[in-house]
Amino acid sequence: MYVLIAGGGKVGSNLTRSLLRAGHELTLIEQRPYRYEKLEAEFEHQVLRGDATELFVLERAGIRRPPDLVVAATGDDEDNIVICQLSREKYGVGNVIARINDPRNQPYFDLLGISPTVSATGAIMGLIEHEVPEHGLIQLLELRKENLEIVEVTVDKNANCQGKRVRALRLPEGARLISVVRAGKAEIPDEETQLKVGDQVLAILEPGKEDELRRALLRD
Amino acid sequence: MKAMVIGCGRVGSAVALQLQGSGWDVTVVDEDEDALNRLGESWTGDFLVGHGMDLRVLREGGIEEADAVVVTTDGDNTNLVIAQAAQKHFEVPTVVVRVLDPARAQFYATRGLRIVCPTSSAIETLVGVVRQAERAPA
Repeated sequence: MYVLIAGGGKVGSNLTRSLLRAGHELTLIEQRPYRYEKLEAEFEHQVLRGDATELFVLERAGIRRPPDLVVAATGDDEDNIVICQLSREKYGVGNVIARINDPRNQPYFDLLGISPTVSATGAIMGLIEHEVPEHGLIQLLELRKENLEIVEVTVDKNANCQGKRVRALRLPEGARLISVVRAGKAEIPDEETQLKVGDQVLAILEPGKEDELRRALLRD
Repeated sequence: MKAMVIGCGRVGSAVALQLQGSGWDVTVVDEDEDALNRLGESWTGDFLVGHGMDLRVLREGGIEEADAVVVTTDGDNTNLVIAQAAQKHFEVPTVVVRVLDPARAQFYATRGLRIVCPTSSAIETLVGVVRQAERAPA
């Protein structure tokens, strides 16, 4: 396939190397002269020097073909947003992937419908949360488009839900228990399922309801 | 009427002062606190130090109640992203944004943004002046 990558930093250059090795056709766009020279020494004519948010640069890189995929991997989130918007909306590129540098900018990508996005900070934070859950809920999966997330809760001896049946729990609206793992065996809970210490409970909920769910299952 | 001006350079500061002069309640945002100096002694509005992409700063500056937002930072792409957020997310009734690159200005204008492109205006004026020579007597 034909891939266009904007930004030749660590992410962009390593992607270029991997994709070329896998036999794909590719153009990498890099703006900074010093970086460009180093990249050109390695990737030769497959690197183009310029600002990937300029239309004529994108066009020289073959955006009118259009590419099967555009990866916006610059170190600047606004640039990545504009690259994705131009690619999709002006040139009809079907697939774009955007790098997010500052996780605080995630709302802009969501608001402007740019997905999928990849953020190193977000990915590492996810791993940390999984290892050291602060609020007792471990986020397993975020379904951004559907505006839902799946979290895991372990029932300990002080948990509010311990010993209670599902129907007696005050689950927040928009939250549901989807599985209970007990002694390594998973079951789909119904109203009568009684929760016990050591249960690992999976719940699906709307983002923002974590605190309510935590209060219902664990503690205030 | 309440306005927010994001980016307090030569253009943003002058816009803010003129709006204040016409009775607007104006909040200015710039990431450089020295930019406040551009507003001078007569400035009575709010001035927030922060990046225009920071949603907390925008909310703190009252974007949710603003009647108009003017986006004039020194980055075209930053301006385009902030302006789209102001228009789509915060639903500010009047959003106007400066974009220096005519190509991007033209594309985003077709997508419903009110864009001022000083580069295009300069080109038009320069060509216009020169072409007046066509009609002038030799």
